[in-house]
Amino acid sequence: MELTGAEIFIRCLHDEGVEYIFGYPGGAALHIYDALYKQDKVKHILVRHEQGAAHAADGYARATGRPGCVLVTSGPGVTNTVTGIATAYMDSSPLVVFSGQVSTKYIGQDAFQECDAVGITRPCVKHNFLVKDVRDLAETIKKAFYIATTGRPGPVLVDIPKDVTANRTEYRYPKSVTMRSYNPVTKGHPVQIKKAVELILSAKRPMIYTGGGIIMDDAAEELTDFVRLLGFPCTNTLMGLGGFPATDPLFVGMLGMHGTYEANMAMHECDVLVAIGARFDDRVTGDLDKFCPHAHIVHVDVDPTSIAKNVPAEVPIVGGAKSVLVDMIKAIKAAKKRPDAAALATWWAQINAWRSLNCLEYDRKSELIKPQFVLEKLYALTKGDAFVTSDVGQHQMWAAQFYKFDKPRRWINSGGLGTMGFGLPAAMGVQLAYPKSTVCCITGEASVQMCIQELSTCKQYDLPIKIVNLNNRYMGMVRQWQEFFYDRRYSHSYMDALPDFVQLAQAYGHVGIRIDKPGDVEGALKEALRAKDRLVFLDFMTDQTENVYPMIEAGRGHNEMALAPRMTVVSTDRELA
Amino acid sequence: MRHIISMLLENESGALSRVAGLFSARGYNIESLSVAPTEDPTLSRLTLVTVGSDEIIEQITKQLNKLVDVVKLMDLTEGRHIEREMLLIKVNAAGDMREEVKRLVDIFRGHIIDVTDRAYTIELTGNADKLDAFIEAVRAAGIVEVVRSGVLGIARGEKGLRVEEKPGAMAKAAG
Repeated sequence: MELTGAEIFIRCLHDEGVEYIFGYPGGAALHIYDALYKQDKVKHILVRHEQGAAHAADGYARATGRPGCVLVTSGPGVTNTVTGIATAYMDSSPLVVFSGQVSTKYIGQDAFQECDAVGITRPCVKHNFLVKDVRDLAETIKKAFYIATTGRPGPVLVDIPKDVTANRTEYRYPKSVTMRSYNPVTKGHPVQIKKAVELILSAKRPMIYTGGGIIMDDAAEELTDFVRLLGFPCTNTLMGLGGFPATDPLFVGMLGMHGTYEANMAMHECDVLVAIGARFDDRVTGDLDKFCPHAHIVHVDVDPTSIAKNVPAEVPIVGGAKSVLVDMIKAIKAAKKRPDAAALATWWAQINAWRSLNCLEYDRKSELIKPQFVLEKLYALTKGDAFVTSDVGQHQMWAAQFYKFDKPRRWINSGGLGTMGFGLPAAMGVQLAYPKSTVCCITGEASVQMCIQELSTCKQYDLPIKIVNLNNRYMGMVRQWQEFFYDRRYSHSYMDALPDFVQLAQAYGHVGIRIDKPGDVEGALKEALRAKDRLVFLDFMTDQTENVYPMIEAGRGHNEMALAPRMTVVSTDRELA
Repeated sequence: MRHIISMLLENESGALSRVAGLFSARGYNIESLSVAPTEDPTLSRLTLVTVGSDEIIEQITKQLNKLVDVVKLMDLTEGRHIEREMLLIKVNAAGDMREEVKRLVDIFRGHIIDVTDRAYTIELTGNADKLDAFIEAVRAAGIVEVVRSGVLGIARGEKGLRVEEKPGAMAKAAG
């Protein structure tokens, strides 16, 4: 029997096992929306802005490991998803975005709600397609899912003109797909693995540095085995948190611009660096000329372009994190050589000396709410087992520093693109995937307003997200940089006329609580966590002058961290607190 | 250093813009680029000339290989190869210069492919240096128009840039 393109689209989602699709209807997508209406297997989540759809699907993908799906209309529908697509692209998140397009005969005519979706998204997708013939639809969708989820994952866009969704053909969903031009390598080369293991076992001051590749490849267990087998120190990037248990003594914390002193110093002094599923991002490396001056570098990555892009590797290994870790563990166990115990003991003594500086310490006697305190309490009260999404800025760094993630896929943030507005919609995707779990969105009053409209979506689908708003009345990270590097000229980082977030939450049908005093922090968090079926917006009025420490300033190396707050901490020019 | 990178590309709309977009997005140079379908209508052959350090060229080839539409790629400058470019040039050919231009065309082994009372249209192939030299030589006559194809390249020897490694004719004969 022949089906319409719209029906075929739905059947493809069924055959692909899609649970949720996040979207917003519009003219060019109406045939598809009509077909969606006639079934109940795929649940459609109606967002309030298409950017929210892309972030929500992204959150779902990162929390579950399954591809996140988005359905939007042509023109503004798809342009609104671009920020979300670019976010997913930078963090290698598997997203499949379907956009309606004007009918094929109108393409290029500047038709109503027409835009070149494939052209606009090309630089920020792993691949994209324009389906011109209904007979190609099923195979294209199969390819889209295949490309999005294999190798280094990433977003794929499928642009479907309206007439294609109306035309009919036989439906057949391909069981598998082979593409002559796309064959990602997942298995590491045995010769390279042998070389890597030799180097690893000869290390005197080793360091293991891992990133989002561990999370995306579900290799946390293998990494944990690998690190514990060797007894080496391990650091994670912002994207890699949860890849190795943060409460394990072998973990030295996050590295990079706002990483721990011990992690960054260990990077600087190490003689063998094992990088797995990490891409030597500038926020991680600091000044490249000063980066790991003593290290022989092993670099494992599924994406060959990540290797030697910023830092040359002595032993490059192209392969999936999981598979290569399994092979390396086998090789280490089979080797006669053991790690140098005496050298390791000396190395750990040094690391522990750095650690004893307690670089994340903050003023616990303050009469103002310290953001770090809120996060410590949140960590304790959720027993470290919540899903935590964040927006971008100071609160993101504090969350990464103070919430200790023992499990992968619990920490969901926009690390690469740094997209303010990501946190709330991402939390929706996570909460839908895990309806019974605690999902917290750590945010700030600037970030949260960028997708605040999704509070309405949360109401429609009863998503009991806990929003932890660290409200310092400033774009905190911008203010911090202006304080440090622009002589305290706080140019447009202060937002006058903030809404009353308690009333705002209530207006959307949720619970809002404002917290002004440190003594009320714990009670408010408890109350919010007890409200299992309500979204609670916790508006913490935090210290406006707090800065994120420690910090590697631009142009400096890992060994040049600023530890203590600068002496010139002065209240901002428009102090509200 | 100058490199000639040659690739087989899915013959699909948008494939060329993925290649061009990669170069502009990542700040790589393109000196010339030429593309046309091959004997297999599903494949195009794209040849581009770029300049960069070894590290940059390595990134360029890796980034190109990562594009889903790029089927196979080779850096021709890594081995022995032949490069050719075609030049179509229209030159004033009146008075004294008419004979002189004709002589220059013969010296450079070009062809005059269109003639009027006052102009020659000339076709010339060769490597980029030769074409540059010819353009310089006829400049005095007065150049009306220059059209260059961009560099094409092919490896010397028996091996070709193909999708499947088909057994060569020699092997077949032996079998």
